Amino acid sequence: MTTVDKVAEEAPSNVVEREPGKRKNKGVLLTGLAWIISVLFVLPVLWMVLTSFHSETDAAANPPKFGASLSLEGYRSFFDSGPWPPLLNSLTASVVSTALVLLLAFPAAYALSIRPVKRWSDVMFFFLSTKFLPVVAGLLPVYLFATKVHFLDNIWLLIILYTSMNLPIAVWMLRSFLSEVPIEMLEAAQVDGAGLVRTLRSIVAPVVTPGIASAGLICFIFSWNELLFARVLTGTRAETAPVYLTGFVTSQGLFLAKVCAASLVVSLPVLFAGFAAQDKLVQGLSMGAVK
Amino acid sequence: MSAVAAERNSAMEKAGAWARRMPLLPALVFMIIVTQLPFLVTIGISFMHWNAYYPDDKGFAGFANFKSVLTDVNAREAIIVTIMLTVAVVVVSLVLGLIIAMLLDRKFRGRGFARTLMITPFLIVPVAAALMWKHALFNPDYGLLNGLLKLFFGDGAAQPDWISNNPVTAIVVSLVWQWTPFMMLILLAGLQSRPLDVVEAARIDGASPWQIFTNMTLPHLRPYIELSGLLGAIYVVQNFDAVFTITSGGLGSANLPYFIYETFYQAHDYGEASAAGVIVVIGTIIIATFALRTVLSLFSEETTS
Repeated sequence: MTTVDKVAEEAPSNVVEREPGKRKNKGVLLTGLAWIISVLFVLPVLWMVLTSFHSETDAAANPPKFGASLSLEGYRSFFDSGPWPPLLNSLTASVVSTALVLLLAFPAAYALSIRPVKRWSDVMFFFLSTKFLPVVAGLLPVYLFATKVHFLDNIWLLIILYTSMNLPIAVWMLRSFLSEVPIEMLEAAQVDGAGLVRTLRSIVAPVVTPGIASAGLICFIFSWNELLFARVLTGTRAETAPVYLTGFVTSQGLFLAKVCAASLVVSLPVLFAGFAAQDKLVQGLSMGAVK
Repeated sequence: MSAVAAERNSAMEKAGAWARRMPLLPALVFMIIVTQLPFLVTIGISFMHWNAYYPDDKGFAGFANFKSVLTDVNAREAIIVTIMLTVAVVVVSLVLGLIIAMLLDRKFRGRGFARTLMITPFLIVPVAAALMWKHALFNPDYGLLNGLLKLFFGDGAAQPDWISNNPVTAIVVSLVWQWTPFMMLILLAGLQSRPLDVVEAARIDGASPWQIFTNMTLPHLRPYIELSGLLGAIYVVQNFDAVFTITSGGLGSANLPYFIYETFYQAHDYGEASAAGVIVVIGTIIIATFALRTVLSLFSEETTS
């Protein structure tokens, strides 16, 4: 440990080279392990991709034919099965409910942080507690009500439910971002006579925009993924993509390539959004606690 | 201050309080109507005889539904499955997530790409992931697992029926695969917020990697571990997609959400389904009261720091 003094002056990362040989070997080992585990986790998806490009007969081969010739049979039979209405329903439900969530959550988060109401933490507590309430416990009354007023199999019913499902997440997240807005600057702006729009745009927006983006991303993903409500409350008209997917499994005939193709197509929007905004994903998943 | 002025003052205060509340109200009212009202109805129905197959036999049942849920073998099994499933998935994916987060916290070339690979499972739609595990991996005839067995051990290789043999484990495996990236992402963010100079100082002072891990890394990560564990538990407790897709609740693998879904949607026993729902909610409230305290303290720590 003669390098201590030198190390202290240098960037911390140089400490790693105290015992070059041993450290380096260990480093290579750990890096290798990181790669092996990452690849293991993605392997099932790669297998799904490969299978989706095989013909149904090759997809069902055992032992597996990794090198079988590629075919678009799975995708063709998926797109021939009429997937657009459910995909569009999913898109409508996710986009509209996400917009509604943000519309309701932003003012609420404002009233919980910048000009907080009394007992704001109780309100936060209430919002979070609704996430603990198992959705399945409220499903029957919703079903009965919807049956009575002929609201079953209507995309708006899903939109309302998805909004309630994601609103607490968005409120928590936006509050956590809004609480970072410098209050003194807000007050100064008011004293200077800046209008509400200008204040929002120049002081609030820069802090909150990333929060809105993460909240929107996570709400979109959760709505897109939802199965239970959609399964119970929709039929042929408002059916969403996840429900449509479950209908592909048949007791007869081969369907593996088609199921793999369909699963990938349905997952594509989430994959794109998630990959493009990995840091937003972390913020969203932690409800703004981790930035 | 005169009495009139004081009165005006309090009136203004009141107006101010309402001005503060206004932006909150739409969200609050919406949440109460959509999430609390149905639950009150559920409580009401839980005290009724009500089976949609016998519409004429509808009436007050007292605690009969609760009694039949609590004595129903399937319901009790569902409670046990729910606990096992949640604990197993959360603990295993937390441990795996922590290990992977620590591996990905090191600097190496292509780290960003490795992280991208790692989060892929979380970005597959849950139903699609469940279908993939059931048909592309676990299927005894053409799934990849048995395919690999045959590839490596020849035609005589064992070809187990993974799902029938271990239905709950099959569900756990698929959920651990999906939730490990979630845990990893939050823990990795925690690791990267760790003050590195302190760690370096400890290392220079001769602390072993294990000492650094137990005395510095873990305490620093505690809030992140609690947060990811809690959020994971909220979602896994309510899991429906994997159970529905992989086993359809068969072979003793039905969890509570699936049990309630079945009682209501297939058996049409509205009374019993509601009673089961109420029991789940009571159970969740008990667990959540402890958990919520933790979260609230977490968030207040975060805002004060």
